[in-house]
Amino acid sequence: MAKARVMAAHDAVAVTGPAAEVLDTNASGTRRRRPGMWRKRTELTVLLTPAVILFVGFVLVPIGVAAYYSFYNWSGYGPVTDYIGLKNYRDALTGHVFLLSIRDNLVIVGLSLVIQLPLSIGLAMMLNRRVRGRSVLRLLVFAPYVLSEATTAVIWLLMLQPNGFVDQLFKSVGLGSAVHLWLADTGIVLYTLFVVLTWKYIGFGIILLLAGLQGVPHELREVAAIDGATPWQTTRYVVLPLLGPTIRIWTFLTVIGSLQVFDLVWIITKGGPADASSTMATYVFDFGMTRNQVGFGSAVAVILFAICFVFALVYQRFVLRRDTEGALTRMVG
Amino acid sequence: MRHIRRKSAVAFVAAAALAAAACSSNSSSGSSSNGGNATSPVTLTWWHNGTTDPVLSFWKQTADSYHAAHPNVSFTVDPIQNEQFTTKVPLALQGNNYPDIYQQWGGGNQASQVNSGKVADITSLVSPWIGQIGAAAQGWQTNGKQYGVPYDLHVVGFWYRKDLFAKAGITSLPTTLDQLNTDVTALKAHNIVPIAIGSKDRWPDAFYWDEFAVRECSTDTLKSAAKTLKLDDPCWVKAGNDLKTFLATKPFQNGFLGTPAQQGAGSSAGMVANGQAAMELQGDWDPETMQGLVSSTAFKSQIGWFPFPAVAGAAGDPSVALGGGDGFSCTVRAVAACAGFLQYIDSAPEQQKFASQGLGLPVNTAAASSLSDPTLQTALQYTQKASYIQTYFDIAFPTNVGQALDDAVANYFAGQGTPESIVQSVTQAATGGK
Repeated sequence: MAKARVMAAHDAVAVTGPAAEVLDTNASGTRRRRPGMWRKRTELTVLLTPAVILFVGFVLVPIGVAAYYSFYNWSGYGPVTDYIGLKNYRDALTGHVFLLSIRDNLVIVGLSLVIQLPLSIGLAMMLNRRVRGRSVLRLLVFAPYVLSEATTAVIWLLMLQPNGFVDQLFKSVGLGSAVHLWLADTGIVLYTLFVVLTWKYIGFGIILLLAGLQGVPHELREVAAIDGATPWQTTRYVVLPLLGPTIRIWTFLTVIGSLQVFDLVWIITKGGPADASSTMATYVFDFGMTRNQVGFGSAVAVILFAICFVFALVYQRFVLRRDTEGALTRMVG
Repeated sequence: MRHIRRKSAVAFVAAAALAAAACSSNSSSGSSSNGGNATSPVTLTWWHNGTTDPVLSFWKQTADSYHAAHPNVSFTVDPIQNEQFTTKVPLALQGNNYPDIYQQWGGGNQASQVNSGKVADITSLVSPWIGQIGAAAQGWQTNGKQYGVPYDLHVVGFWYRKDLFAKAGITSLPTTLDQLNTDVTALKAHNIVPIAIGSKDRWPDAFYWDEFAVRECSTDTLKSAAKTLKLDDPCWVKAGNDLKTFLATKPFQNGFLGTPAQQGAGSSAGMVANGQAAMELQGDWDPETMQGLVSSTAFKSQIGWFPFPAVAGAAGDPSVALGGGDGFSCTVRAVAACAGFLQYIDSAPEQQKFASQGLGLPVNTAAASSLSDPTLQTALQYTQKASYIQTYFDIAFPTNVGQALDDAVANYFAGQGTPESIVQSVTQAATGGK
């Protein structure tokens, strides 16, 4: 029962938000049609032109150029003449290391959703309570996110060496038997990297979810409590559904981020040992840049782009639509 | 590339800043567009990798003193972080904002760059004096023409701790592989890590395969391999088999597959500097790398050098060395002025300054005696006696083939592949496979 009431409240909030602005705009548009149209056009031109130029110049054109190179065998020097059709794509998709890289990316995506999400939600809820030192705790949790990836990677690279900080820490708390070759064991290295990624990005999820939690009206919890809901029921049927839009955005950003992960992996392991931690992005760099195979690297980059793009479209269409409806879709149409 | 390795890869932030600085000053190279004639005023844009002192100051002084002697030649010096060269040079050579002089490691990478048509053939300009630097200049030839000139030499060998050798009761340096294996056993018996290696970076692994190949293959086979990229001779597989036997002795530190070569005290170089490992197979830049990783210079008195030992029954010439060097290439805009400056860099007085400051092994033989460090002196003497210096294969081969080799050897260190598959990876990459 509590659930139904909350859903209704949620919908009401959505309609009074951006949709109301849309109605206003339409109203003024009908009143002074011609000057309004002209003004709107000028406004759009002035406001959109810089963004469009940047977007076309730094996003669309590079994608087009990469797609063009991907049909050639080109080392990055001299004229682009050796047309080889789809060979680069065939080589990539039949290559053992590339398939391994895709698998590693999927493992990171899967682990992120299964481990990072519940962890973020749990920690965000804890940090949302009125506890002593809450802002200090929030700061601590968010601190790793502020560090650059390169810095994070070098710190962890040094800490994860045999007998390094991590091993010493394990031994000092009596877990010496749990010490492994974190970076040297081909069966473990990917999971080690996932832990580092989690350490780095958990703060982002928590901040996002904390913001989402601010949007959960206190009254709804009170109502649920009055209706006799247990704390668990309140969380499950009141808080989580209202966190839905935030969780869906977090998922979107995390999946795209996991598919493109590069810096941390490259600096800590270079995708090794024996390609055990190779990702699509490190593969692009390894085979495209360090091996001077710009054509082939472009083909792999196009594949990576296609995977992310398809995911983004499908996710927008089927998952994010309910969140953006009214805000985005109606405004454009 | 070798010098790339010498510097640690940590300074990413600095690199980005330097890249930005380099971009902003590129425009000045336009003024050198008619610098073909050595008498008209010309400004040379110079990209070198000496981003930190003492090399940074050394190159600045070199440019200043050359300008003082040749007022019509000015310089725009852009020190660029090592790793940046991999991406910046191809991009620059594609467009019109390329430097007039830039860092060049020769070999197959240079051959790739020559395809751009922007790298100058300086054969006739350097022929009067190139003899001073001997056989080393060959590494900067493409199709028999000089497209670059080295200013220092590199040689790969074992850096070892005298104190740890003494502790394990080793009284003489190993000259054969069997002796090395015996020493490894002795060191292990004293709970000392015999050899440190930075396998995370892959190229240190390739040094072992390279060394075994140099021992197993005849000089002619070595020379033709870099040209034909065909490793048909059985000696290449034998090199892999030697490596297999050597790896079976487990001479490396625990978890070596994740160890960086030059980053931090836990790196392979750091381990030797701190006395945690007795040996490391590295280039002559290793002491300088160690210096950057530990706070005291106490390790220096404990460090010695010996060449890779002889392999029993191997067919190769035992006096062939594995190495390389750092050099510069000229681009087509200001060839004469650039070549004149390269001659100055390689002249005996400049090379003597270079050597006396301990910046590297000088290419000009007249500067050899200026090398103050006795250990480097040993390495240089060995190099000068070498009948042939094989450039590390990852540099000697075209970039894609060389990197494929490094990857295959690194995988072999991680337990994947066979001696045959290492050879196949080279063939595959050379024939366009991925």
